[in-house]
Amino acid sequence: MEGRRGVAIALLSTVVFLVVVGVAITHSPGWHEIRRTFFDWSEFKSSFPEIARAFLLNCKIFSISECFILAFALLLAVLRSLPGPVFFPLRALAVVYADFFRGVPTILVIALLGFGAPALQVSGVPTSTTFWGIVSLVLVYSAYVSEVYRAGIDSVHPSQEAAARSLGLTRGQTLRKVILPQAVRRVIPPLLNDFIGLQKDTALVGTLGAIEAFQQASIDSAATFHYTPYLAAAVLFVAITIPLARFTDWLIARDRRRRQAQGMHA
Amino acid sequence: MSSTAALEIEGLRKSFGKNLVLDGIDLSVGEHEVTCLIGASGSGKSTLLRCVNLLEPVDAGRIVVAGEEITRRGVDVNRVRRRIGIVFQAFNLFPHMSVLENVTLAPRLALRKGRGETEEQARALLGRFGLSDKVEAYPDHLSGGQQQRVAIVRALAMQPRLMLLDEVTSALDPELVAEVLDVIGELAAGGMTMVIATHEMGFARDIATRVCFLDDGVILEQGSPEQMFGSPREPRTQQFLQRIVSAHRL
Repeated sequence: MEGRRGVAIALLSTVVFLVVVGVAITHSPGWHEIRRTFFDWSEFKSSFPEIARAFLLNCKIFSISECFILAFALLLAVLRSLPGPVFFPLRALAVVYADFFRGVPTILVIALLGFGAPALQVSGVPTSTTFWGIVSLVLVYSAYVSEVYRAGIDSVHPSQEAAARSLGLTRGQTLRKVILPQAVRRVIPPLLNDFIGLQKDTALVGTLGAIEAFQQASIDSAATFHYTPYLAAAVLFVAITIPLARFTDWLIARDRRRRQAQGMHA
Repeated sequence: MSSTAALEIEGLRKSFGKNLVLDGIDLSVGEHEVTCLIGASGSGKSTLLRCVNLLEPVDAGRIVVAGEEITRRGVDVNRVRRRIGIVFQAFNLFPHMSVLENVTLAPRLALRKGRGETEEQARALLGRFGLSDKVEAYPDHLSGGQQQRVAIVRALAMQPRLMLLDEVTSALDPELVAEVLDVIGELAAGGMTMVIATHEMGFARDIATRVCFLDDGVILEQGSPEQMFGSPREPRTQQFLQRIVSAHRL
């Protein structure tokens, strides 16, 4: 009964909230104009197919970037966890890399590489804006994701390494078979969080001129003086990122349940 | 000192920062001997075992295992460790692997043995220690006693010449201690050379060839279990054992 009452209260408060917000917006002085430019159903219908087609490029950029990010970031994280004075230069390099690419706005990296690299006109250097957009996203997101991996590696207790090394496993074997499998499992939820950010940031590649969803919406909008196409693009992004976000929440909750179950066992 | 000793330690020193933990340890362990290290927490028992397994670099002194100095520069630590098994207080099983994978991992990777051979050997060892029905289980689903027995089997699977046991029952509920001590007793009966750091004095008295009392980083006194527990010479040893007796642990 408690549960059903809770649901009823939640439902009621949500409805009241939405009505209040709705009334406030629709009674604002500029509402008529906003409705005409942002919420035009026929405009939405006519622009949607083309924007959806352009959105496939976002998905392509996302999937290709993601594969490279997962691998490159892991390499960076492993470099940073190498022990001993011999590896200082590699560790330092990984630190500088992470600091730099987390510090520079993504859109700047995309502009610098996307406009700069092709302008070099070196033969063999690709001139595709999509290519350089992907390179930029890989560079920037690898810095973030390597930090996530590193947190995972640090969270594996040193006794696990001691146990593996005491059995005669080499440092590499220990990392591959004992440390990384545990580390990666623990950071899957935060990794997915970064994926959501990446999926959104694929829109930044549009600033180079690649016709992805946002760029297509801009073109439509400029032609019709309507903002409705942006809404269509937003709907497409949300359709991908919200399920990802819910999936991440579900994984985090499952992880917590498992750890609690383990805690009770120990 | 004979050259056939399983383990020979001379003048071993180790400090962590300013904290001097081992202050000149001399110890000789013959083949098939069981040496028990006793002493208060912080007396250096665990550090001594970790040094023998090269998990801690030593500051000074020599450790010789079966005639080979393992503390010399340029020694292949992985090769050395394959011959020396160590079991930890906190089990340290790999939680993402089944019992069978825990036991076969090192023989497969470090000894480059085939999967079939290592699994057969692992099943036989697990069976010998009453773990046949836990082969496919994951560590989280085992009791502490079962986990520690698996940890012992994991070390044994490398067929070590020397086993180091670091307070292997200290993290166990009292009712689970016996099953682990039984396993160690069986190893001793089978002639395994062992160095055991323990707080289980009754067990040490029963199983040890020799008992060493560590105090403040040195072996203050050593002797047969009869002598050490019956008529210890050093006042510090007497004091330590007195405290154990009054805590009903002997």
